Amino acid sequence: MRFGVVRFPGSCDVEDALHACSLAGEAVELWHADRGLHGVDAVVLPGGFSYGDYLRVGAIARFAPVMESVFEFARDGGLVLGICNGFQILCEAGLLPGALLPNTELRFICRQVDLEVVTADTPFTREATVGRRLSIPIKHTTGRYYAPDLDAIADQVVLRYTEDHNGSSRHIAGVCNEARNVFGLMPHPEHAVDPLTGSDDGLLIFRSMSLVGAVA
Amino acid sequence: MSAPSLSDALALGLTADEYALVCDKLGRAPNQVELAMFSLMWSEHCAYKHSKKLLGSLPTEGPRVVMGPGENAGAVDVGGGMAVAFKVESHNHPSAVEPFQGAATGVGGILRDVFAVGARPIAVLDSLRFGNPSSERSRYLLDRAVAGIGHYGNSIGVATVGGEVYFEEPYETNCLINAMCVGLVDRDRLIRSAAAGVGNRLVLFGALTGRDGIGGASVLASAELGEGDEAKRPSVQIGDPFAEKKLLECSLELLDRGLLVSLQDLGAAGLTSSSSEMASKGGVGLEIHTDRVPLREEGMEPFEIMVSESQERMLCVCTAERVEDVLAVCARWEVGGTVIGEVTDTGHMRMYHRGELVGDIPVPALVDDCPLYDLAPQPPHSALYPRPERVLETEEPDEVLLALLGSPNIASRRPLFEQYDWLVGSRTTRRPEEADAAVLHLGGGRAIAVSIDGNGRRVACDPYLGAVEAVLECAANLACVGAEPLGLTNCLNFGNPEKPHIAWQLSEAVRGLGDACRALGVPVVGGNVSLYNEGAEGPIYPTPVVGMVGELPDVERAGRMGFAREGDAVAIVGPFNPDLHGSELAKLGGGELPRGLPEVDVEAVREAIAAVRDAVREGRVASAHDIAEGGLAVALAEGCLAGGIGATIEIAGDVKALPLLYGEAPGGFVVSGPRDEVAALGTVIGEVGGPELHISAGGADLAYSLQTLREAHSALAAAFA
Repeated sequence: MRFGVVRFPGSCDVEDALHACSLAGEAVELWHADRGLHGVDAVVLPGGFSYGDYLRVGAIARFAPVMESVFEFARDGGLVLGICNGFQILCEAGLLPGALLPNTELRFICRQVDLEVVTADTPFTREATVGRRLSIPIKHTTGRYYAPDLDAIADQVVLRYTEDHNGSSRHIAGVCNEARNVFGLMPHPEHAVDPLTGSDDGLLIFRSMSLVGAVA
Repeated sequence: MSAPSLSDALALGLTADEYALVCDKLGRAPNQVELAMFSLMWSEHCAYKHSKKLLGSLPTEGPRVVMGPGENAGAVDVGGGMAVAFKVESHNHPSAVEPFQGAATGVGGILRDVFAVGARPIAVLDSLRFGNPSSERSRYLLDRAVAGIGHYGNSIGVATVGGEVYFEEPYETNCLINAMCVGLVDRDRLIRSAAAGVGNRLVLFGALTGRDGIGGASVLASAELGEGDEAKRPSVQIGDPFAEKKLLECSLELLDRGLLVSLQDLGAAGLTSSSSEMASKGGVGLEIHTDRVPLREEGMEPFEIMVSESQERMLCVCTAERVEDVLAVCARWEVGGTVIGEVTDTGHMRMYHRGELVGDIPVPALVDDCPLYDLAPQPPHSALYPRPERVLETEEPDEVLLALLGSPNIASRRPLFEQYDWLVGSRTTRRPEEADAAVLHLGGGRAIAVSIDGNGRRVACDPYLGAVEAVLECAANLACVGAEPLGLTNCLNFGNPEKPHIAWQLSEAVRGLGDACRALGVPVVGGNVSLYNEGAEGPIYPTPVVGMVGELPDVERAGRMGFAREGDAVAIVGPFNPDLHGSELAKLGGGELPRGLPEVDVEAVREAIAAVRDAVREGRVASAHDIAEGGLAVALAEGCLAGGIGATIEIAGDVKALPLLYGEAPGGFVVSGPRDEVAALGTVIGEVGGPELHISAGGADLAYSLQTLREAHSALAAAFA
């Protein structure tokens, strides 16, 4: 499995994401201004503040040249993981349902939180069992998940917070698209790949993704 | 335009004598450009004219020092071919005038100092002082400054891993915002700022230059705060962390590819100080064409261009052949880059505008010839500071514990650090409230620990011993994670040094810093001085803030402060002689600040620090925590809260409960672990376990559930409500 991690101007978690991917496969960096994806098997849109969060979170990044290839890749069934700002970009681009709004307390929150796996029926969570708890940090100002019709996307909810942190509807922490090949989440699995820094529960997501390559 | 006069010079902060000296150095009266440049370079902020002589007494040499004071940041060798560059700086006055941008650009400035030496910033720490949170203005400053620090550090992707905050009346008008940055670099890739190579090009890259921050160093940083500070808001710079993120990556790529001769950030006094310091260090001259500087607004005068403090800009020197490559890297990162001049052999700074010479100054006159002033220290005859307001009526030992845990200087810092990204970079091995110092792993099992400390009220009681205590406290914090200090940076925040009592505080504190550093064998590798921190109601507490970087040989054994295992013994280690004078409890009780603190046996404290460090390194203890504000009982409660487990403590004998439990002194630690191990280190006083903290000592008997302790400890959240 060859992961490509996109670097936008203002991406902060590129190195962390590359490292996490390298624990499950091969990892290369993709440049925002290049159109090609260099033959990667999965794309990761990392966390950070692409384009300074100017205009609106994720709003400018979705127009970066590389995103045209990412859209095509996703349409063809390629795996796309959006973490935090990456999730925001995927929602802006319409690849995922819903939107991320400012946290209820309107402050940045950095916190180790517990998540619950809602479905193992995605390429991103197939290594998990439903109901499994994961300890993974969040860090964001704009992470309150909102979707106009939550019932309609009920089976696309992949991860939930076990308690309220930012006001997300139904404690939703991560959702996938209908085809289940695009997944976005506000928590940072790439920051949870080593017990030394607090937890390695996030590895599960990268390992699950790498299995896809093996199966295919 | 008419030439500026003496009165213009006075308005810019120079004295009449200094103006006369400028005229003497130039052989004529300075024109507007030259006067603007002199007024900044000869300001307290840039020239350290009241502190330079004192600072020369600090020890700066050590086996691990790679880069000492004088460069953008100091650096120490951390093994494996790596060096760590670090520095602390103040941004006090801008923050008092506009806390969000003041604090944000404080972080931005210290980050640039660190990547200017070629290091990738991996951590930020901050040291903050405000008035009491009962005041609305203090809460406003706290809220906005914390948001500003988070805004900048979070957005640029550098972890804010630690810090400290104190709330004291004398900081009500003049808050303190000190930020420290720590960066990692291959030892042989450190770059200095000396310009070299006649004919080499000077490239300005980064953000556009505007009228923001004009006079920041002279108007804001080198004068007391007072009425009408609102009008100074235009002197505060506006930060753009997105621009700095691109600037950071661009600078590091330029260095990685070996394209630069030297690199320097633009901070206080903008282009003036960055260029003239590069010229001074290289012993060369520079020619600068101000009309080539890309501007944010039309019609800026040459002097404005030279003194603008617009943020997110860097200056580099490269050979003529490399200019194209340098500009290509800038373009890739969407960072503007422009050749604005070149290195000359004239030894002069020569500024041209549209081909016309608009300023001509010998470099040494600008950089080295500012007069240095002797201080006239005088110990005060009467108390300099009013008694703190009495907010605690009780002296019942059990009630005191909860009051202390909930007091602003001791309560949990969670409401602050949860607003900071403390984990980006995946190095944070000990995060806030897990240990006395933050620990960052460097790969391969190695790690560094960082801490920043300084209790201004203790320094107000005794400038010499208070400063000694700050150094000991910082080293003690490192010891609790198993780290040995490699180097120290400091920020000296004081009042107006032209006043004899402030001069006395400053010279005594620097003497204390020097003595403590020599006793511990820790070199000072850099620092910053912030003077004139006074409001209408008087000076701030003298506040030397010290930041240290230490090393751990084995990151797996990084210490924690929380009690860990049921049945572990708890012991006090070190020459701990608690005293209520100058303590948090005395403050809450409205006690007068004592004149002087009890003597400290520095050698005994040094031995205790070493003993704790070795025990942690060797895995002989399960937890280690130094006894600081609030004394022993607070340290025990913090051990319980961090570990999520209770403890039963019994101290026999004829002891007085209040001083024993709540008195303060340097050199004491609470450790827990196997009984044999901790008994060999110190005096066993109890055992870990159970759902509550139970202390009996000196006739006092107190027992609180973890939940009760936690609730008391979370009081600071109310300040952010």
